[in-house]
Amino acid sequence: MSLLEIKNLSFEAANKKILENIQLTVDEGDFLSITGPSGSGKSTLLKIIATISSKTSGEFFYNGKPIESYEPTEYRKEVSYCFQSPVLFGETVKDNLAFPYTIREMKFDETKAVEYLKTVGLPEEYLDKTINSLSGGEKQRIALIRNVLFQPKILLLDEVTSALDEENRQIIWKWLQDMRQKTKMTILMISHNEEEAALADKHIHIVTGKIVGKGGAENGFTS
Amino acid sequence: MDLQVSPITLVLSFVLVLFAMFISYKEKLGTAKEILYSVIRAVIQLVIVGYVLTYLFGLDNPIVTIGLILVISFNAAWNAHKRSNNIPNSLKISMTAIFSTIILTLSILVLSGSIEFIPSQIVPISGMICGSAMTTIGLCYRNLNALFRDQRQQVLEKLSLGATPNQASRPILRDTIKSGMQPALDSAKTIGIVTLPGMMSGLMFAGTVPMTAIMYQIMVTFMVVATSSISSYIASFLAYRSFFNDRQQFLA
Repeated sequence: MSLLEIKNLSFEAANKKILENIQLTVDEGDFLSITGPSGSGKSTLLKIIATISSKTSGEFFYNGKPIESYEPTEYRKEVSYCFQSPVLFGETVKDNLAFPYTIREMKFDETKAVEYLKTVGLPEEYLDKTINSLSGGEKQRIALIRNVLFQPKILLLDEVTSALDEENRQIIWKWLQDMRQKTKMTILMISHNEEEAALADKHIHIVTGKIVGKGGAENGFTS
Repeated sequence: MDLQVSPITLVLSFVLVLFAMFISYKEKLGTAKEILYSVIRAVIQLVIVGYVLTYLFGLDNPIVTIGLILVISFNAAWNAHKRSNNIPNSLKISMTAIFSTIILTLSILVLSGSIEFIPSQIVPISGMICGSAMTTIGLCYRNLNALFRDQRQQVLEKLSLGATPNQASRPILRDTIKSGMQPALDSAKTIGIVTLPGMMSGLMFAGTVPMTAIMYQIMVTFMVVATSSISSYIASFLAYRSFFNDRQQFLA
């Protein structure tokens, strides 16, 4: 049974077809890259998978069960979407890293948060830093930690490194690769960067709302 | 006490309105007609209400009194609803908030013996409660719309982390309730220093001993603070849900 199965999925907005007859299967541990020109529907697909938006038609299964059968908040704790330019909330880094605990009505695990901060190259003192004093790269790293403090089954990354410099990009990818090796977490990632896309072991290419190419690391890319 | 207000003195005091119209005309505000329309409308409404109240106070019938409370409450709810800028179910929400506020507040005031259940006391007090609740609820709607628009990305991110709509909206709800209560709190803080409120001044104008007038004003201050907090709490908590669908997706 596939972890994620999408059949004939379409999405329309204001009488315009954004996605058309999408067929996609994702297995546990897959690392899938989604490429395509701007406005092709890549982010919409990820947002539908994250249940932030709803499909117009088609079927969408998670662990073999229709998506509608899941309680949205429970599903989103397992399938976590990270935005392209994330917004940090509250006043300090701690407010952000404590949020996943707050919504689970759990006590904030400061040791774990500090450990994650250090892994992405941020010292312990960052926990009490105000969010306004952080650079774009630091904000992105903290937002990503927020998504993975409770390890999701699927991590959805929407061009998370597109606004970052090479140094920050390297830090984030090294961390994600390490985490993936340790945990076998499934990752679906949108990227415009060929080097990044090549890190994945499966690829899909979307043009004007349709998947026009699929491929795996072994069998190459087919259009 | 010999009150000086008469129809003739009122006509003379119309000069004050002419000042407002002159400013509008000089600064090309385009509001001269609206000023005139507003004051004429106010005069007509107040004269009619004056006669209606004289008649109804004379009746002293509990059913008529309750009917009047319902009419005032519905009007307040309708006006608050019009300020909602299309928040779904805003009329129902406004009615729930205003009816709950008025039932709770009037019950406490009547049961504590502060006022009697007679039209001459219940009707003006209901008007004050509903007026205050209406302003508060209108403010809450405006703030909810503005905050959900400004903090859209933040709400989406919280939802995508697995937060419920309530958890994702908490800071917005807190700010909305606080800002809804703010005018009542500000006016409570400045009462007697900046403003001598209408009820107190009215009682003193009519010859009541200042201490009695002040005690009534203290009661009204308690009532207005309670009214604004209850109505902003109820309206905000009922209205924020309209920004989400049953799949817990953000609609704004």
